[in-house]
Amino acid sequence: MSIAGLRDNDGRKSALNVHALRADAQRESLGLLALLSPGLVLVFAVIIVPIGWLFWLSLFDEAGQLSAANYARFFEQASYIKTFVTTFKVAFVVTGACVLFGYPLACMLSQLPRRAASICLIFVILPFWTSVLVRTYAWLVILQRKGLINSWLIDLGVISQPLPLANNFAGVVIGMTHIMLPFLVLPLYASMKTIDVDCLRAGMNLGASPAATFRQIFFPLSLPGLASGVVIVFVLCLGFFVTPALMGGGKVIMWAMRMEQTTSLYSNWGAGAALGVVLLGVTLALLGLFQRLLGARATGVWSQR
Amino acid sequence: MLLSLAQSALPIGISGVEKRFGGVSVLHDLSLDVAAGEFLTLLGPSGSGKTTLLMILAGFVRANAGSIKVGGEEIITMPPHKRNIGMVFQNYALFPHMNVFHNIAFPLKQRRVSAAETAERVERALDLVQLKGLGERRVDQLSGGQRQRVALARVIVFEPRIVLMDEPLSALDKSLREHMQIELRNLHRRLGMTTVYVTHDQREAITMSDRVAVMNAGRIEQIDQPEALYARPTTKFVAGFIGESSFIPVECRNDSVWYEDRKLRMAAAAPSAGRHLMVVRPEKLRVIDGVEQAGDVNALPAIVGDVIYQGDSFVCYATLKDGRQVTLRDYCRSDVLAKLPAPGEPITLGIDAQDVVLVADQ
Repeated sequence: MSIAGLRDNDGRKSALNVHALRADAQRESLGLLALLSPGLVLVFAVIIVPIGWLFWLSLFDEAGQLSAANYARFFEQASYIKTFVTTFKVAFVVTGACVLFGYPLACMLSQLPRRAASICLIFVILPFWTSVLVRTYAWLVILQRKGLINSWLIDLGVISQPLPLANNFAGVVIGMTHIMLPFLVLPLYASMKTIDVDCLRAGMNLGASPAATFRQIFFPLSLPGLASGVVIVFVLCLGFFVTPALMGGGKVIMWAMRMEQTTSLYSNWGAGAALGVVLLGVTLALLGLFQRLLGARATGVWSQR
Repeated sequence: MLLSLAQSALPIGISGVEKRFGGVSVLHDLSLDVAAGEFLTLLGPSGSGKTTLLMILAGFVRANAGSIKVGGEEIITMPPHKRNIGMVFQNYALFPHMNVFHNIAFPLKQRRVSAAETAERVERALDLVQLKGLGERRVDQLSGGQRQRVALARVIVFEPRIVLMDEPLSALDKSLREHMQIELRNLHRRLGMTTVYVTHDQREAITMSDRVAVMNAGRIEQIDQPEALYARPTTKFVAGFIGESSFIPVECRNDSVWYEDRKLRMAAAAPSAGRHLMVVRPEKLRVIDGVEQAGDVNALPAIVGDVIYQGDSFVCYATLKDGRQVTLRDYCRSDVLAKLPAPGEPITLGIDAQDVVLVADQ
């Protein structure tokens, strides 16, 4: 029996159970595919199909004719270009403000003892549990012409005229920074937590002052977390709607607001779809750029642990 | 010069250091002097305070009281980056975002050493730890042993006055660890830096050190040269922690020491009256016959329990008359094997008078 098993039909010497093992490997691949299929169907149904449809819609003008008019409009109408610029300006400023406030916060949280850190983290996460709409209206109450800040400052005699804090660019940035901050702080905190305390100690032991240790060791090691936080915040900013719509007072038109106007006000689905496609394309291009700039270093040097 | 640390090696004077974490006292009024150029090992079980003492020396942990003098200069409140004390960490603590060269150049960069001199000194340090040509490697491309060497090179490159090592070999496998022990020892002989080494491995401590300080529960139990520590432990803890030991209760009265009704022959002077423990090392015991009982040998009648063959040697567990178990070990020479006792057989164990060591019975 066993000797016969060693020889195939041609009488050549062959290894044991080759066919059975190959069949087993195929069964395993099929099994994995079967397990993956619900996810794949979902991805196809809610991502691939709608985006394909969006793209398809964007290719038809108002008359229902196949044309590139929806895309040509971006170059022809100054208002589109202005919206585009505004969107990126807001995204840049908000991301910058988030880094400015979020980095020291994450840094402090990462140095706190575990118990204190988790209590403080609750305060970072707490706003997540409140509706964006409610938070935006709350900012409006605080920042508007007769809001809390302006009436206090006037009562204290610091200023005579109310500061323009709401219904303009500043208001949009303040409101959005507040909403985006946790998206930056959480990944940053997580990555700072993985920095080995002994690395910082080694830095000081080898003669680096606390400031030099921060600059040469802590900061470079926190960069991957900072990069992922920045990407999340920036991309979320590009497509943000509620806060700029309410806090901008109609003066700050962002990309998502333009989409809303085009579809619900003018019922021009083709133009709205084109706006969506362009935003998606620009976002993907930016992510790709980030990946090239930071990804290679992030996956190469910092992936040790 | 990288090879001339011997002249700059400094003594360390530790006195009255106390440390409490919360309400728990970790170091009790600890004092210790390390001579210039000495290789001193702090040996103890985990929780004995040896790492805490090292952290206080490096300046990462603030003591509650005490003084640390390096070459006569008080450094207890000096920030770590000004101490000029190199430390090799247990997990190496290499900077993952720098390659080997930049890791080793880091301390020189902080000291504003010129680029040319930096390159030269890093090269020499790499050579010294046998990693020549690996400067451009990323840290995650190195094996555990290579990382250990980089960590070492990073410290010796700036010629610190003192080098601290916190269980630097514990993450390596056994054969590499034994190899690195010898290498570290040789490096110390060549460079002559004052070294404080922390380990919980008694064999490592005995192999490498000029002196070993055995620590237990925040105190130094005994500090001595390895040979003396093994041959003449002064406390039960030291005798039990270094090497194998059986303890036999003895009593001292009228200036002689008694085990039950037998008077012990011993080379050392009898200790104070009262109860003591005799430290019996397995290799100091042997099987004797009636003839040998005269002279300077103490005879202990026993019954053989298990005899375990271990290749190069055998271990024999025997039970004394009072029910206490002792261990005997001998090499498998043919004359020993010929007389190998069988389980259950009554034998007489002998221990030479000069091998009798007594410690206090706590």
